[in-house]
Parts: sequence; C-alpha cells; structure tokens
Amino acid sequence: MSFKSSYLSVVFWPRLRRNRLAMAGGIIVLLLLLLSIFAPVLAPQNPNEINAWQVLSPPSWQHWFGTDELGRDVFSRVLFGARISLKVGLVAIGIAVLLGSVVGLVAGYYGGWVDTVLMRLVDIMLCFPAFFLILAIITFLEPSIWYIMAVIGLTGWMGVARLVRAETLIIREMDYITAARCSGASDVRIILRHILPNALSPVLVAATLGVAGAILTESALSFLGIGVQPPTPSWGNILTSGKDYIEFAWWLSLFPGLAILITVLAYNLLGEGIRDALDPRTDD
Amino acid sequence: MTLWLTRRLLMLIPLFFGITLISFTVIHLAPGEPVEMQMAMNPKVGKEARERLTRFYGLDQPLHVQYFSWLKKLSRLDFGNSFSSDNRPVIEKIKERLPITISLNIIALIIEFGLAIPIGIMAAVHRNSLLDKGLTVFVFTGFAVPTFWLALLLMYFFGVKLNWLPISGLHTLGYEAYGKLAQLWDLAKHLILPVCVASFGSLAGVSRYMRSAMLQVIEQDYITTARAKGLSERVVIWKHALRNALLPLITLAGFSIPGLIGGSVIFETIFAIPGMGQLFYQSVMARDYPVVMGILVIGAGLTLIGNLLADLGYALADPRIRRS
Repeated sequence: MSFKSSYLSVVFWPRLRRNRLAMAGGIIVLLLLLLSIFAPVLAPQNPNEINAWQVLSPPSWQHWFGTDELGRDVFSRVLFGARISLKVGLVAIGIAVLLGSVVGLVAGYYGGWVDTVLMRLVDIMLCFPAFFLILAIITFLEPSIWYIMAVIGLTGWMGVARLVRAETLIIREMDYITAARCSGASDVRIILRHILPNALSPVLVAATLGVAGAILTESALSFLGIGVQPPTPSWGNILTSGKDYIEFAWWLSLFPGLAILITVLAYNLLGEGIRDALDPRTDD
Repeated sequence: MTLWLTRRLLMLIPLFFGITLISFTVIHLAPGEPVEMQMAMNPKVGKEARERLTRFYGLDQPLHVQYFSWLKKLSRLDFGNSFSSDNRPVIEKIKERLPITISLNIIALIIEFGLAIPIGIMAAVHRNSLLDKGLTVFVFTGFAVPTFWLALLLMYFFGVKLNWLPISGLHTLGYEAYGKLAQLWDLAKHLILPVCVASFGSLAGVSRYMRSAMLQVIEQDYITTARAKGLSERVVIWKHALRNALLPLITLAGFSIPGLIGGSVIFETIFAIPGMGQLFYQSVMARDYPVVMGILVIGAGLTLIGNLLADLGYALADPRIRRS
C-alpha cells in the first residue's frame, strides 16, 4: 500500500501536474461537477418555467443564452442539462467498467475455453454498429434515463474487457500471484485482492475517455428524441428545438452544443493526460 | 495464402452465429411477449397482424426451436413484413435504401482517408512544428464535436445564412426537368454537407493514427538506408515510408465501418436523406420492429464483410502475409 501511495505522490501526480492540457481538462471536469451539483442555486430561473411573452428572444442580460420556443431560460436549461449529462455519463461508464472488468479478469485469469468464449463474445458485440444496437434495444423499452444509462453501459464494455484481460494475462504470471496461490488464497481472493488493483490503471484511462463517449451518445439519442424526454432538459434535446428553429434562433443550437464540446474535450484531455502520466515509457 | 483465407473464412461462422444469437436475444429482451408489447405500444397493429407476428416468430414454440426457425428464414433473407401501412417485406424496404447509405459512406471514407493521410504525413514529417501542434488541437476538438451539432452549424451557415447549399433531401423539387449534367450537379450540391459531416467524424482519429504510423516507420533502418544512399527526402517519405505506413491504415478502414454505418442514422435523419439510417430511425420511432431487427442484422453483416475485405486488402498489400 505504501508503495502505491508513494508512487502516486512521487511519480503520477507530478507528471500529471506538469501536463498543462490535462490539468485544464481536470479543472473543467471539477468545475462542471460543481456547476451541476449547485445548478438549483446557480440557475437564474426554474428551467421549466414557461413565459409566453418571451418566446425565442435572443441572448440578453436577463437571459444570457436567450430563451426557447416556450420562453424558458436556455442558460438555466443548459445548467440543468449538465446534471443529466454527467449522471448518464458516469453511471453508464460505471456499468461498462464493472462488466468489462469482470469479463476481462475472468477471461484473463482462467484462460482456456472460458477465455475463448468470452473474447469471441467481445468480437461479436463489436460487429454491431454500437448506435444501431442501442437504438434497437431502446425500441423495446419505454424511454427513461435509467434505460439509457444501462443500454449505453451494456453496449460499451468491450474495450475495457480487452484492456483488463491483457493486464491480467501479464499479472497472472508474476511471482507474487504464485506466492498467493501457494499460501492457499482462493481464486476470487487472488483476482480481487492481487490482480484487480494492479490492473486498474488502464481502466482509469478507459473510464475517463468513456465518460466523454457516453455523454456524446446520450446527447445524440436525446437529440433524436429517443433519449432524455422533455420537459427534462438535456443538452441533446435542447438541440432538437435548435434544429426546429434553426432559421430564427441560432442561440438554441450554439450554447448546448458548446457545452457538449467543452465537456467532452475536458474529459478527453484529462484521460489522455492520465494515460501519459501512467505510461512508464513517457520520459520525465 | 489459401490456408490463411480458409481460416479467416471459417472464423466468420461462429461470429455469424453470435450475431444472430444476440439479435435474437434483443427480440426477446423485452419483458413479456414481444407481440403483446407490440400490441400495447402500437394500437395500429390489428388482430390479424398480431397472429401473423406470432406465427412468424413461432412464439408458441420452445426458444431453441424459435431460434432455428428464425435462422432458417434469415438464410433466405426473410425478415417478415413491415408493420407500417405499406406492409411490404422488410428486405425490399432495406434493399431500396441500402445503395444510398453504402455509396454515401464510401464517398465519405474516400474523402476522409484522402485528407487524413496527407495531414498525418505532414504532421509526422514536421514533428513538433506549428502544423503538428495545430493538428493535435484539431484532433482533440474533432473527437469532441458531436456530429449532429456540426451538422446543425453547417446547415445554419451554408444553408440558412449564406443560402449556398440545400439542407435536406437528395434532389431539388422538380429536378427531373433538368438536363443530365444539371441533375448531377444538383445531387452533388445536396451531398456536400452530409458527406462533410460523415467524414469529419473520424477524420481526426485517422490523421492521428497516420501520424503515429508514419513516425514509427521513419525510425526504421530501411529509411536510414534510403537516405544514406542519397535519395531525395521526397522520395524517401512519399515512396519508401508511405507505403509501409499505409499498411495498418487498411485495418483501420475496416474498423471504422461500424462507426460510419451507425453514424448514418444521425446524418441521414438530419439531412432527410432516404437511406438505411433514416429508415432505421423512422422504424425505431414507429416501433416497426421487423424492420429494426432486419437492419440490425444487415448492419452487423456489413461490418463483418467490411472487416473481411480489410483483412483481405491487408493480406494482398503485405507480402509477409501473402506468402505465408
């Protein structure tokens, strides 16, 4: 444990600190987290408050991002949209990481036919255009944010499984695993106590990058009207009205899109930064 | 080569069964009988359609029997009939849409690689230059831009603001009256924005990949040899290095197929292009579920074929595999 913590504070953290882009990404990620936690306090208006007298008014001091076709304040809606996007991104990736790690650990540790079957399953899942599979599954379900999270997670675990399997294959051959086995540790204990903690770093990278991907997928689904359902604001469904009113109201299209762009960019920069900082080949 | 090909083709069999098995699972994923659900969600489906559906899926039989009878129908490309008012066979509906989606994606793929390869090479050759750094910024932004948002922005600027390009469909109303050349120009104008959006999606990723492939090749001994024997830098880069750096890109083209096909749902819906993606979206919205299942299987099949073609291309291009 002390080796781990000293590794983090002596090697990992200083490396990450020096990567200015990654730090910028990390700060934006934190900021977004705070914004979505405090959205009810920060929002100038109730995001669902309809105002028939101020329909589609352009950005002004009163409405920073303008108003939508029902006179709702777009800034407040974008702020509350951040909550949805982050929630979907984090939960979906949580599911994907959990499932991918289990599959990867089991396949890598037991090898043989278990490995073959599980890895073929990964190959098969990768044959489906992910967006097709997600849409097809959602066809059968009532639109709900929980299903969206589950479906994005269940169709996005394959990359993690491959990564964890590769790590497990290396770690399995280490002497300390043999030692643990000789001292009578069970398979489950070896996997959870000795292999998993050492296979976590590539998972961390994949998870950070995965949040960005999940946010993009959720926004595309909501944009198409299959994801988060109005009146609940999400960046994707604000953009749907952006498309409908594109000839009169550019602000409906610009701001939610920028929000997605900045968020996804931040997670990607942070993820790449973590990857570089963890990579022993990167020179200091 | 024959051995390699046989082995590669044999590998398709389990993959194919896996694909059908997962598709079959999706059908049965919903709680309760799929037919009941169909009835509940779409009151337009009448009693007659319900019986037809029950029979088509053989829902009164045990699961494995259902699966194999479904598989048998699948081998004849029989996906049943659409629930929509036209009630046509699913495969017919897909057949008329498929060529549009495939040609659009091929054009997008050509443009994407046509741009990404030179960009990647320039960035690798002038490593750490302003160009290289600019590319890094472009790559990260490219990864982060939602394609549907890009489509909206392009529609706004080129369609609404400047009024240069049409923003929906494939033809202007009444285009039949135009001459041949004018018709072609009309089609091209309609295709510019969708193709831009479709190819932008992975342009960033491919150019980055090309850059790292090129960087790896440039460090090889045979490049040093080529330089040492006095070849000009241009010949070294564009002839000796490029050919080797291009190899892994063939595989990448195969990998990018599911993304392209999946992405067609988005840009075909936004630009109102009557392709398979739009059909898929419309069927999802209408819960026209034989069509959804049909497109899902066809989409996976296309990916499989694409990957096989990429592998074949790789084998043909790389003598080390060809002769093994």
